[in-house]
Amino acid sequence: MNRSLILGCLLSALFILAALVSFVWTPFDAEALNIPARLKGPNNTNLLGTDHFGRDILSLLMVGARTSIAVALVAVGIGMGLGVPLGLWAAARRGSLIDEVIMRGNDLVFAFPSLVIAILITAVFGAGAINAIIAIGIFNIPVFARITRGAALSLWEREFILAARVAGKSAARISFEHILPNVTNLLIVQGTIQFSLGILAEAGLSYVGLGAQPPTPSWGRMLADAQTMVSIAPHMALMPGFAIILTVLGLNLMGDGLRDLLDPRLRRMRT
Amino acid sequence: MLASLMTQQASHRLRSVFFENFIWNQSPYTSVQDALFTCEMALDHRPKSAYALLMLRYTLKRLLSLVISLAVASVVIFTVIEVAPGDPASFMLGMNAQPETLAALRTELGLDTSKPERYFSWVAGMLSGDFGTSYTYRTPVADMVQQRMWVSLPLALYALTLSTLIAFPAGIYAASRRGRAGDVGVMGATQLGVAIPNFWFAMMLVLLFSIKLRWFAAGGFVGWDKGLFAGLHSLTLPAIALALPQAAILARVMRSALLDVLGEDFMRTARAKGLTARQALWRHGLRNAMIPVLTIIGLQFSFLLAGGIIIEQVFYLPGLGRLIFQSISARDLIVVESVTMLLVFAVIFVNFTVDLAYAAVDPRLRARA
Repeated sequence: MNRSLILGCLLSALFILAALVSFVWTPFDAEALNIPARLKGPNNTNLLGTDHFGRDILSLLMVGARTSIAVALVAVGIGMGLGVPLGLWAAARRGSLIDEVIMRGNDLVFAFPSLVIAILITAVFGAGAINAIIAIGIFNIPVFARITRGAALSLWEREFILAARVAGKSAARISFEHILPNVTNLLIVQGTIQFSLGILAEAGLSYVGLGAQPPTPSWGRMLADAQTMVSIAPHMALMPGFAIILTVLGLNLMGDGLRDLLDPRLRRMRT
Repeated sequence: MLASLMTQQASHRLRSVFFENFIWNQSPYTSVQDALFTCEMALDHRPKSAYALLMLRYTLKRLLSLVISLAVASVVIFTVIEVAPGDPASFMLGMNAQPETLAALRTELGLDTSKPERYFSWVAGMLSGDFGTSYTYRTPVADMVQQRMWVSLPLALYALTLSTLIAFPAGIYAASRRGRAGDVGVMGATQLGVAIPNFWFAMMLVLLFSIKLRWFAAGGFVGWDKGLFAGLHSLTLPAIALALPQAAILARVMRSALLDVLGEDFMRTARAKGLTARQALWRHGLRNAMIPVLTIIGLQFSFLLAGGIIIEQVFYLPGLGRLIFQSISARDLIVVESVTMLLVFAVIFVNFTVDLAYAAVDPRLRARA
């Protein structure tokens, strides 16, 4: 077992656990204002301190993790849900017009400066978690379409696919029954990476006020609140920042570890 | 035989470099595949003129896809802006506007013509350098863009320089000590680097260098008329914040490109003829690893140009990103439309140039020409 995988899994588990536990218990009510206790640094009552309204930062972080998970998870879902079938379709009709159209479409979405377009979408259709999800999700589609097609192309050359074709199976059935199960590993790895990118993107959009709206707690919004307070209460900026970094780091390490674990060929090539 | 072997090595190297990069969501995978395809065809023992012909064909193909990309992008941006709720004219005049005044303003802004008409006049204007007139400031968008460009462009270049200055030594160092403590340390640092949100890093820089140490201003831009040094000084913190994640990515690419090269036969030959590991690395390894690294640098530039948008918010820099934000909140849609299109154009154009340079510069192509 490799160490980065274990560390990554531990960090990711911690993050998911925090979000799940927040449904039933948080140290304090995340939305309860307590003005007398505002801007307190980490202490025995409020482990990570309080913000400018006296809300407990640990509780806010736990509830905020839910927003991050929900946004990133649905965005990855959109990317996979649309990208994988497109990739399979392009590979099944490789070299045809439809393949060309799908791949050029992918290039086009890739060429767009994603952040600018995400900002445009959320700004035009209104800020909010749903629009942030759509904006992030759209840019996940080409990522999944591309790796699915790439992996599927080489699979189509294999004997067992030839056998399936000889048996009279249609291209669509082969794609879903034989190709898809063989690209799952790759999709899991890429999904983990896109998940961590989604968390970063959500934080960025919420930070500029285009993601989750009040009163939904979100890590990005906590950082936006912290910006004006950074000189008097640095912990307000430090804590959400650490939460984001540890989560993204954990997911990336997990992705790398999974890739090495699931693809021994790659491991040999890379080290 | 030799040709096919070389192609194999080339594609292997690119694949692993691009796999790294792929993960970070910036890969021009298919365009590189195209370049490789050109590569394969060029290596396929043909006379000189065939090479020029292939290069020309490749250029034309990329040019066509550039034009199509831009056309589709312009339609997408126009549509998004068109379906946006909120009429700019009524937004400008407020709730109590008279219907006649509103109609007059709509005519003045050209909002009363049909949608296709508006689209084509917008595109025709852009092509002749006329980006329209801002609804709120009543000044040509082109002038506003030009002004803001003098912040965004230097910022992107500054960040790119920093990222290269950090990434090259880090990547070379890691590759030369592969598997040892130094390598593990650098790779760990790059893992951290890609996990840190740049706007949070920017806040920490402000906290440390502006508030605690008072070395830099916390935000704003003094303007180039105060001198080159003063200008660069006020762009330093934003550039560092932008450069960090890019440097982490670039260092990883540099390392893996070098490791791929180090495993090649010509490196063994270099060692066999008596060069030390260090000499071989500097004389032969680095040059050959540069090709994929330069590709990534080109891509990063376009990313930095558009990616400065949030950092400009953090530091209150009067760049293109802030212009977009301000225009969105003021419903100054023509500015949003034109500036977004300009940024998309810049990104697509840089990608196009990188693709061409890649196909033209690759010595494996030249060798046969």
